[in-house]
Amino acid sequence: MWQHPAMKSPYEGVAIVGAYNTVQAKQLPNWTESELILDAMHGALDDAGLRPEDVDGVNVSTWVTKLNSRTVCQWFGGRPTWTGTSHPGVEAVLEAAAAIQSGQAHTVLIATAQCGEYTDRESTVSWTRPENEFVECWGLYTAAEFALMAQRHMHIYGTPRAALSEVASAIRSNGAVNPDAVFYGRECSPAEVEASRMVADPFHLLDCCITSEGGAAMVLTSVERAKDLDVTPIYVLGGALDRQGMSYVTAPVWERYGWVGRRAAEMTFEQCGLSTRDVDFAEFYDPFSFEIIRQLEAFGFCKEGEGADFVLEGRIRIDGELPVATNGGILSFSHAGVAQLLQKPLNAVLQLQGRLAPELTLHEPKVALATNGGSGALFCDVMALGKEPV
Amino acid sequence: MSAPNIPLPRPTTLSKPYWEACQQGRLTVQRCRDCQSYTFIPQACCGACLGSDLEWVESTGRGTLYSFTTVFRPQQPMFEVPYTVVVVELEEGYHMLSNLIGVEPDEVKIGTPLEVAFEKRSDEITLPFFRVRAD
Repeated sequence: MWQHPAMKSPYEGVAIVGAYNTVQAKQLPNWTESELILDAMHGALDDAGLRPEDVDGVNVSTWVTKLNSRTVCQWFGGRPTWTGTSHPGVEAVLEAAAAIQSGQAHTVLIATAQCGEYTDRESTVSWTRPENEFVECWGLYTAAEFALMAQRHMHIYGTPRAALSEVASAIRSNGAVNPDAVFYGRECSPAEVEASRMVADPFHLLDCCITSEGGAAMVLTSVERAKDLDVTPIYVLGGALDRQGMSYVTAPVWERYGWVGRRAAEMTFEQCGLSTRDVDFAEFYDPFSFEIIRQLEAFGFCKEGEGADFVLEGRIRIDGELPVATNGGILSFSHAGVAQLLQKPLNAVLQLQGRLAPELTLHEPKVALATNGGSGALFCDVMALGKEPV
Repeated sequence: MSAPNIPLPRPTTLSKPYWEACQQGRLTVQRCRDCQSYTFIPQACCGACLGSDLEWVESTGRGTLYSFTTVFRPQQPMFEVPYTVVVVELEEGYHMLSNLIGVEPDEVKIGTPLEVAFEKRSDEITLPFFRVRAD
């Protein structure tokens, strides 16, 4: 029997104690971003049982109105001394954890929100279509970028169309029973994925993530302070970044960038002495169905080219051995611009705490992976979270 | 294929030589004088060795279809669908994004030999499309 080496997380002094999603919807016409970010911030602090005066570090931003952390320090009466500068996702959680571990901050609030962005429905949403001079004129946007990766993978390994449909169906089925999901109640079979209209070959509409609006927030503090709170603390076991260039500028070449995130996953596992066998569920970035197959292969859950078999055996479904995107992911739960970055580790926290809908609650999960970014974007960040410290 | 009013490139100091060559019907690429590696898209330094001594050299404009996607939901309404986005692997070994012209979507295959086909879109911009190459 394989055993862990005796290792500790590099963030052993850090606990996640607050996690909160605002309302998520295709559009939130009755909300401003200010209202949404305040709801997110208060929601996460209330969840932790903490008050604003307990916070001494912030990473708070909004997308459209460009709220930033320095301004938010003023809202707190100047008490926060530390501000995070990372995008509000895996990298922000790791940055905040490092700040707490090193004593630069004791309690950090990460929050982000977005609404009022997607108004021109004739075009794809603005964040999907960069204006780069070597990209825009060819009609590219994110679905096409990721499709170029998927096509190459299908060419090399013979990855069948059915595997893509299974991924989209599995994740959308989670969202269908999640009352907080934008697509709550919308069950989706593999046949329905294939019957939906074509967007960018091989991606049909239901292979693609949704666009929506909403906010999210998370509170991290020291393990010592967490002991005084009435919460189930969740631990940051490890994490790393894998950045290989600017997103959506250079050609997405599979042989060069296809395994992006592998280095980050290896470093994550090295840090905490865990392996793929220890992971109970995965909040993988799910912008397009294929990206789940890619991550399973890149991170070593199966061999290169065997991701299709992995998913077709039902293993990523909620009752499978490695449930993926257990809240419905950005295919179904919500894709509120950059808020989706934070919602990956955030949902890992909620799942580890047993706070999802009963149909989605796993049996005593202990270890989760959460990821941001994928092959078409040329970056992929990975982190591991645990119910117990390692 | 794409309509005349698609968003056109706005050349920068770095990319101006590339677009000027396209106007003249020449496909060019940066090459490092130190390590001979090709760099595309235009950069201030070599993408392989960080060397800053780059020269613009002519590419053969010949390559193969590396990957593709036929797009049915346009990026913006002025794009006529379907259109096929390709990654081309040039003979020099570098890759670039383009659109494939003159081929029905269901005939597109990875590995097909391609060649550059310039189309003037404005006084300043001539775009390097690709078409199937008959050997």
